[in-house]
Amino acid sequence: MSAKLDALKSDSYTEISQYRDQHFKGNRYEQEKLLKQSNTLYVGNLSFYTTEEQVHELFSKCGDVKRIVIGLDKVKKTACGFCFVEYYTRGDAENAMRFVNGTRLDDRIIRTDWDAGFKEGRQYGRGKSGGQVRIKALISCALTF
Amino acid sequence: YLDCLWAQIQKLKKDRWQERHILRPYIAFDSVLCEALQHNLPPFTPPGHMPDAQYPIPRVIFRMFDYTDAPEGPVMPGSHSVERFVIEENLHCIIKTHWRERKTCAAQLLSYPGKNKIPLNYHIVEVIFGELFQLPLPPHLDVMYTTLLIELCKLQPGSLPQVLAQATEMLYMRLDTMNTTCIDRFINWFSHHLSNFQFRWSWDDWADCLTMDLEKPKPKFVKEVLEKSMRLSYHQRIVDIVPPTFSALIPAEPIFSFKYGEETGSSLPGYPVSITVSNAIKNRASNEEILTILRDVPNPNQEDDDDEGESFNPLKIDVFLQTLLHLAAKSFSHSFSALGKFHEILKTLTESDDGKLHILKVVYEVWRNHPQMIAVLVDKMIRTQIVDCAAVANWLFSQDMAHEFTRLFTWEILHSTIRKMNKHVQKIQKELEESKDKLEKQQHKRRDSGDDEDMEKNSEEDEEGQLEEQIERLQEKVESAQSEQKNLFLVIFQRFIMLLTEHLVRCETGSVDISTPWYKNCVERLQQVFLMHHGTIQQYMGTLENLLFTAELDHHILAVYQQFCALQL
Repeated sequence: MSAKLDALKSDSYTEISQYRDQHFKGNRYEQEKLLKQSNTLYVGNLSFYTTEEQVHELFSKCGDVKRIVIGLDKVKKTACGFCFVEYYTRGDAENAMRFVNGTRLDDRIIRTDWDAGFKEGRQYGRGKSGGQVRIKALISCALTF
Repeated sequence: YLDCLWAQIQKLKKDRWQERHILRPYIAFDSVLCEALQHNLPPFTPPGHMPDAQYPIPRVIFRMFDYTDAPEGPVMPGSHSVERFVIEENLHCIIKTHWRERKTCAAQLLSYPGKNKIPLNYHIVEVIFGELFQLPLPPHLDVMYTTLLIELCKLQPGSLPQVLAQATEMLYMRLDTMNTTCIDRFINWFSHHLSNFQFRWSWDDWADCLTMDLEKPKPKFVKEVLEKSMRLSYHQRIVDIVPPTFSALIPAEPIFSFKYGEETGSSLPGYPVSITVSNAIKNRASNEEILTILRDVPNPNQEDDDDEGESFNPLKIDVFLQTLLHLAAKSFSHSFSALGKFHEILKTLTESDDGKLHILKVVYEVWRNHPQMIAVLVDKMIRTQIVDCAAVANWLFSQDMAHEFTRLFTWEILHSTIRKMNKHVQKIQKELEESKDKLEKQQHKRRDSGDDEDMEKNSEEDEEGQLEEQIERLQEKVESAQSEQKNLFLVIFQRFIMLLTEHLVRCETGSVDISTPWYKNCVERLQQVFLMHHGTIQQYMGTLENLLFTAELDHHILAVYQQFCALQL
């Protein structure tokens, strides 16, 4: 009976995912704690041409945006398809997880996920050539947990 | 809403409670229930009216469709039939339960138990728009409805998009009489929706708006939609998606307008200093060095033999800010970084109210083709206290901004400013409450601990003393913030009254009808301020009535205030 009632309060879109930042300074527990308190979202699958202005317009629909950091190719220093969006409150970020994640920006379906918090350096892609790590590599990471 | 519903329920009683949509699972157990022990329900007396009773906000019935709009398939129950109410209520419940998970919500809506008896897609679209357009506020965040409709389109690609298109068309047809707040939401919904579907729309169907005065609701709506659509894409995209006949409605390219450019600005009085400042900034000069350079800017307001030139110098602000923002024009981040780096200089230049007003003027002048940039810069300047909320309100209502008074971005900035003010007050009030709680806990602890060592008692008393000091300081902070908040509303309402009175007097003397598109917009914007911030405004009603909304006011304006009071929000 109570399982059915719990379903009525389900809020799965705001739950933290399986992804953990391998470069995070701290243990898994600490990272998860930060993710659960975070006001910052990682946004992926952006077009290389997606601008800060477009990101701001879309994510502002969920609340006041504190800061946007566009992800850059480490070598070329050009946009490489991801960014961080930080809100003033967690509630606004949760709304973005519910209503912006999986919708389109600049014609591409974007993906949002919780981030432990922006730190200088994290705006650079960690892929071999300077861009983002590709999906195949991410899956093999997940398998080693 | 309640009146109509009550009438329908009474009719239903006369019809012996027969209708087809309320689920009646007890019918299947009729034989068992008939034999079972019967109980009498005790009498129920609703509580009487109390002076401090809180009532739900009045609601109107929202109906978009009737049976002629859904010609195929099951018939839509009449607008005032109790079935219509029951279906609406059930669909509201589904949304209320599942709004956090849009896929589930969409699936639940589409599997509504009575769906074979009704044109379900029409009911769903009507209920969703009914919520989206609800005044004063929708039950949920606007964007929830956008993404819910997108999910519904995904699940019913062969039927729902057509109903949605039909609904959009109907709303467009009714723009002339649609409430301004609802038009705002319609603009935001439609542009966001289109951005998820490659901006595909039959724009030619709306060619009628091209022959109208651009201030009329229909062309205005299309203009604002295209502007919002551009923010989610880019200028060339908008040029590409509309027919060439729509070119007058396409937004301007969002580029910086620099006064001190080489070609056009070299003869202007501020030009030489602008070049010097620009080079200084590029060479990472210190704030002092830059302020020294700026001393060379002549003050158009002053006599030559005046003091150091510390008073308000509009040209100084103009030269510095135009040059700085021009260097930082590349992106929001660049501009924010510039405001941060030169915060000290900007604070110095905008110490006076005149300075604050002028900095806003300059921001508008350089970014007038990029209202989104204006909005984010104003936001940043409030948050970093370069300008205050009242300055923003005064600027938006100033003569210089009169030609932008009916544009959506103006009101987005104003409401955002009011919200920031409100959040600021709430934050300090919360800090005060927390300090008070802390003090109470300390005092309880001291009382409970009884006879302690003298040393411990002293340190506890010290802590309490510090807390009491902190509470006093926070109390002052709260009072000061509330005073600022009250002043903000006074400024806004005063400006509304001035503008509306001017218009009414002008129309009266010219024997012209007062009901222009501008007037409708202005009155509804005034209503919008009351409705959107009614919680906060409640505290200041006394002041508003004594100072502003007095009996001497034109009855057209006073009526808005009285209608708001009558809502008893």
